[in-house]
Amino acid sequence: MAYPATASNLLLARCGLVDPASIDDYEAHDGFQALRRALEMGPEWVIEQLTLSGLVGRGGAAFPTGRKWQAVRAAQGEPRYVILNADESEPGTFSNRKLLEEDPFSSVEAMAIAGLTVGSALGYAYIRGEYTTATRYLATAIDAARERGYLGADVLGSGRPFDIEIRRGGGAYICGEETSLFNSMEGLRGEPRSKPPFPVNVGVFRKPTLINNVETLVSVQPILLKGGEAFAQLGVPGFTGTKLFCLSGHIAHPGVYEAPGGTTLRALLEMAGGVANGRDLQAVLMGGAAGMFVPLEHLDQPLIPSALTPLGLTIGSGAVIIFDDTVDMWEVTRLIAEFFAEESCGQCVPCRVGTKRQVEILHRFTMGHGRPDDEQLLQEIGAAMGDASICGLGQTAAWAVLSALKVFPSPSGDIGA
Amino acid sequence: MLEPVTLTVDGRQVTMPAGSTILGALNALDIDTPTLCYDPGLTPVNVCRVCVVELKGARVLAPSCSRQAEDGMEIFTDTPRVRDARRMVLEMLQSSVDTSTAPTLLQYAVRYGTQPDRLEGGATVEQPVRAGDNLLYVRDYSKCILCYKCVEACGHDVQKTFAISVAGRGFDAHIDTGFDVALGDSPCVYCGNCVAVCPTGALMGRTEFDMRQTGTWDEKAQTQVDTICPYCGVGCQLRLHVQDNRIVKVSSPREHPVTRGFLCVKGRFGYEFIHGGSERKHRRL
Repeated sequence: MAYPATASNLLLARCGLVDPASIDDYEAHDGFQALRRALEMGPEWVIEQLTLSGLVGRGGAAFPTGRKWQAVRAAQGEPRYVILNADESEPGTFSNRKLLEEDPFSSVEAMAIAGLTVGSALGYAYIRGEYTTATRYLATAIDAARERGYLGADVLGSGRPFDIEIRRGGGAYICGEETSLFNSMEGLRGEPRSKPPFPVNVGVFRKPTLINNVETLVSVQPILLKGGEAFAQLGVPGFTGTKLFCLSGHIAHPGVYEAPGGTTLRALLEMAGGVANGRDLQAVLMGGAAGMFVPLEHLDQPLIPSALTPLGLTIGSGAVIIFDDTVDMWEVTRLIAEFFAEESCGQCVPCRVGTKRQVEILHRFTMGHGRPDDEQLLQEIGAAMGDASICGLGQTAAWAVLSALKVFPSPSGDIGA
Repeated sequence: MLEPVTLTVDGRQVTMPAGSTILGALNALDIDTPTLCYDPGLTPVNVCRVCVVELKGARVLAPSCSRQAEDGMEIFTDTPRVRDARRMVLEMLQSSVDTSTAPTLLQYAVRYGTQPDRLEGGATVEQPVRAGDNLLYVRDYSKCILCYKCVEACGHDVQKTFAISVAGRGFDAHIDTGFDVALGDSPCVYCGNCVAVCPTGALMGRTEFDMRQTGTWDEKAQTQVDTICPYCGVGCQLRLHVQDNRIVKVSSPREHPVTRGFLCVKGRFGYEFIHGGSERKHRRL
């Protein structure tokens, strides 16, 4: 079905409009204009525009993109690498997939801009293994771009080289975590590395590496075409530009929606036609499995990181999963816990054992024979996982459970019985 | 030469050479910090998370064993957050593995007041004891806390044999010879350096294992004698652990400049001949 028109259509501008396999179509829709402009204006200008735009990483960590690019450009060590992180594996998150399947050239162009800006000659597109269609379109796009001189030994006659290779993930959620992704690319076990050192200095193959999410990189093109300030004026101070949200679950029109920064969950719900079948809204899971259940009184809260943090909320990947009043939410919570027990790499104790214990306790809960101190245990396990795990997986693997304890009625009693 | 760094730990200032870790600073201040996966002779892997400390301005706790000390850092080593995390990590380990031969871990457990029975009934790391596939050491991975020390000692850091690695993921992650082949079919050279670094007794010399089985292992009754290995010209220092006038274990002092605590198969396990006429002399690997 066609997606309802949104207020701002920046990142999805070409999705559904152009033939994703046609470079001519892409060129006819502003394609490669940003790359030309970047070459004309130079790397300092590109980074300045990114900084002015206020763009932050869209993968979930929200690090200022301009600062990251500047840091890689200034990093010691050769060669440098650019990585497109398309290992999109967060449950309920499918915006990268849409961008890659419907507008693959924009990722190619953005990677070339990134490479020429930070001084890298080689980029890797690390794509989730299950994304076969996206991989095919991206591979086609890379070849077509190389044929037209947008990639290769001499990008658009600038005398500077940049090319892209595809790497496919093997199916592990943890490999979307940037340092595990490096290990995966190097043929090592998919385990996160300790940070610091950060990828900008010590990344893949121990070299300075710029790694960005697909959505972040795709945002670069409109920034360079319209100017950083114009981008910043979309949205609000504190969340500039537009963000893709993935609405799924019991929603009338599931899909990817683009909204200016500062939008609310209620606005997103309305955009997607509200709860499916006219039922009542019971719960919203924001950010996917690594996210949290949002108390319904916050539906009108503008989604701005600085305002969400004090409430214990984050936007994360932009996944918004809707549950109607028919769902047993503790069962959902247990399934999320099982997801993490399955996907933990097992390297550090808090995550390896904590994810397992979460499942066991929630299993007792949902079977109706919880123990009196189980809630307290979940709190303590969750706190240790959040504080002492090595990487973002372990640090966030208790969020959904902890938020469920806050948002849903206590399961002690006859829940699930 | 990089400038030394000055940091504050629990309100006390300390200046450390550039490149020091936070743990180095804690040691310089005589702050007793629990560690399980840390070993001064191995690259820090920071996986056990019992050495975590609070670093002002950081979102999460920092592993002191691997985090480099930086100028101006403010570290807190005994806040409720730190104590809770350390206690919980120890409880998690106690609830999932057999810690009966892990004295250091049990000592920390007392210090942090763990209550592992709260997690009772949960999954435990149970694997068959691999006692039969060689004569020199026993692998009982139900005691393994996955500190990675054996993997490092076998691999890059010491032996460079790469006979073992971690396989599986999540709670099922475990040390593996590669498709779980018997040691004899693995690249293992029986140097026993994995046994030397194991903090929990999951890896144990055959003599010690057998004596523990029969209840005759008695560390209090043991004496230690230092000598030089007679097998070759390298001059490794051996520390003979002697009980009832028989050698029951051979180690090497970690501070020894030649061995740094690591030996080869002959030095570590070739001691039966001393006892002469042993029933074992005809056995082969």
